[in-house]
Amino acid sequence: MTTAPARQLLEGSEAIADAMIAAGCRFFAGYPMTPFTEVLEYMAAKLPEVDGVCMNAESELEAIGMAWGAAATGTLAATGSTGQGLSLMQESLAEISLARVPLVVLNMARAQGDYFQATRGGGHGDYRHLVLAPMDVAEAVELVQLAFHLSSQWRNPVLVFGDYYLAHTTQSVAVEAIHFGPPPAADWALDGSTGGSGNARLVSPLGTGKQRDAAGYDLAQHYLACAQGTTEMLEGVTPLVDTGFVDDADVVVVAFGTPARYVRAAVRSLRDDGAKVGWVRPISLVPFPAEAVAAAAEGARAVAVYENNQGQMIDDVRLAVLGRCPVHFIGGLSLDSSGFGIAPDLDVATLRARIEEVLG
Amino acid sequence: MERREGHVVVPTSVPPSEPARLVDDFTPLLLDVGEHQLCPGCGEPVAMRSALEAIAELDVIQRTIAVFGIGCYTAFSNNLDVEVLQALHGRAPSLATGAKRAKPNTVVFTVQGDGDMVNEGLQEVLHAAARGERITCIMLNNGVFGETGGHMTATTVLGQRTKNTLDGREAEAHGYPIMLSNLIAQLEGAAYVARGAVNNAGNVARTKRMLLRAFESQLAGEGFSFVEILTMCPTGWFIETQESPGYLAEHLGSVHTVGVLKDVALR
Repeated sequence: MTTAPARQLLEGSEAIADAMIAAGCRFFAGYPMTPFTEVLEYMAAKLPEVDGVCMNAESELEAIGMAWGAAATGTLAATGSTGQGLSLMQESLAEISLARVPLVVLNMARAQGDYFQATRGGGHGDYRHLVLAPMDVAEAVELVQLAFHLSSQWRNPVLVFGDYYLAHTTQSVAVEAIHFGPPPAADWALDGSTGGSGNARLVSPLGTGKQRDAAGYDLAQHYLACAQGTTEMLEGVTPLVDTGFVDDADVVVVAFGTPARYVRAAVRSLRDDGAKVGWVRPISLVPFPAEAVAAAAEGARAVAVYENNQGQMIDDVRLAVLGRCPVHFIGGLSLDSSGFGIAPDLDVATLRARIEEVLG
Repeated sequence: MERREGHVVVPTSVPPSEPARLVDDFTPLLLDVGEHQLCPGCGEPVAMRSALEAIAELDVIQRTIAVFGIGCYTAFSNNLDVEVLQALHGRAPSLATGAKRAKPNTVVFTVQGDGDMVNEGLQEVLHAAARGERITCIMLNNGVFGETGGHMTATTVLGQRTKNTLDGREAEAHGYPIMLSNLIAQLEGAAYVARGAVNNAGNVARTKRMLLRAFESQLAGEGFSFVEILTMCPTGWFIETQESPGYLAEHLGSVHTVGVLKDVALR
């Protein structure tokens, strides 16, 4: 295990690549797409140095397929793309969940329009993914490593929801391996060794143990076990959240990812002027920190939600607030010709004005 | 014993002098003997058995991973004693690639049908071949989507009746069949490409030799190896079971011709 020097100026994509390798990731497959591309570039350069494999897959479908195959052998594996590429991967993501294979998937998204895709999933069947949304490069270094840990612990895909800013911001960070304790033994993983033993291993979305009879798969039993595993995972993972000034806030602003940094700055600036505002930043989008949002809304007159889309996370906020107070949408598309959500919308003065409107 | 042209011929006009007895059990270790869920007359079980025999004969049963696609043969993934990674329709070559790259000492092969490999997954298998991926892909080609009840695939030959080409496949309306082995043989990364069949004992034996050579090629690290196996599907062809071997030869086999298309060892 190589440990990085204490602090380096790193582009987000490189820091994420280093964090994946520090977490033990030894297989990566990807297909270029802005703003995800540089993660692939860095993995292609760095993985062979630690005897890992990076595949330049011929499509996103193949990228996730390759990562799935590697992960099924117990190798820590990851793939990723940008939202559009994630759309192509949905079918596999659904099946990987039912096959109970750990996998880390990065979405270096364009703006925040992929919130539903990430948290609801666009695939078929009854499954959920854990979703982590870092605010900056330093947090991404931690969350990427946590993603591998959670993925192995729950044998389920974990999504890291980033964006253009995360991929392309250069920040001073220290990438060091975080030890979460020993991972559970991957006694389910394939290496061929159980062939002919009378109980050869099976990694399949249709079942995880061979019945070896003429009856075929008992899908009802398998789907029930998967559903129980999903419930245990969602209840077993403590939601991650960051809050500020919520104890006496009249208005609580909820935001995640990069925009949350701007929201935080706007809230602080309003506080300096004596306004009673606070913020809640969900770090894990699944499980959603509903209790923290509800607690923050308890004494508030209103909750405001800022996100770079037409309003997606606001559904989860409303479910958390449960009518305690009105929930206002103050976000929207941060329009620019690139479509990457890099626009004047992410501007402290603009955000201040929108929060003040809610304050009345 | 009667002799004809140097061969011992067992007379069948009189009862045998002694009852039949088991000389040896040739069941490969990875095969579970018992019922399977496929139709009578299906060619897939014997193709599957041939692959498992080859694995056993090469003494690699404890480092073999089978990657199954989606089709009738998927039923075998549950009750064969080989390690199985179940893929999505068409995607087995990618999963096999990931598994093999992560564990280079394993022997990895895919089992896919023509619908799975040529319709849904053509890009996957072509790229795996072009990369010279050290995996073996096996295509069970019966010219129809058997599991859904006999519909046209990309390998269905002209004139062949299927549930969605009731008057036979016509080029003008349905295009032409893809001869996948011929396509793959042109790719630099493909080390061994062969097309066998299981419609008679001679073809079964030949197919077994092809499978052995394909796995040997993988073990030698020569590149991508590919065996297409023509299999009977009396249910999906809507014919009597006993007619299916002849039907295979007449229809599928006359277009997708049997033989070794490429072998780098013979260069």
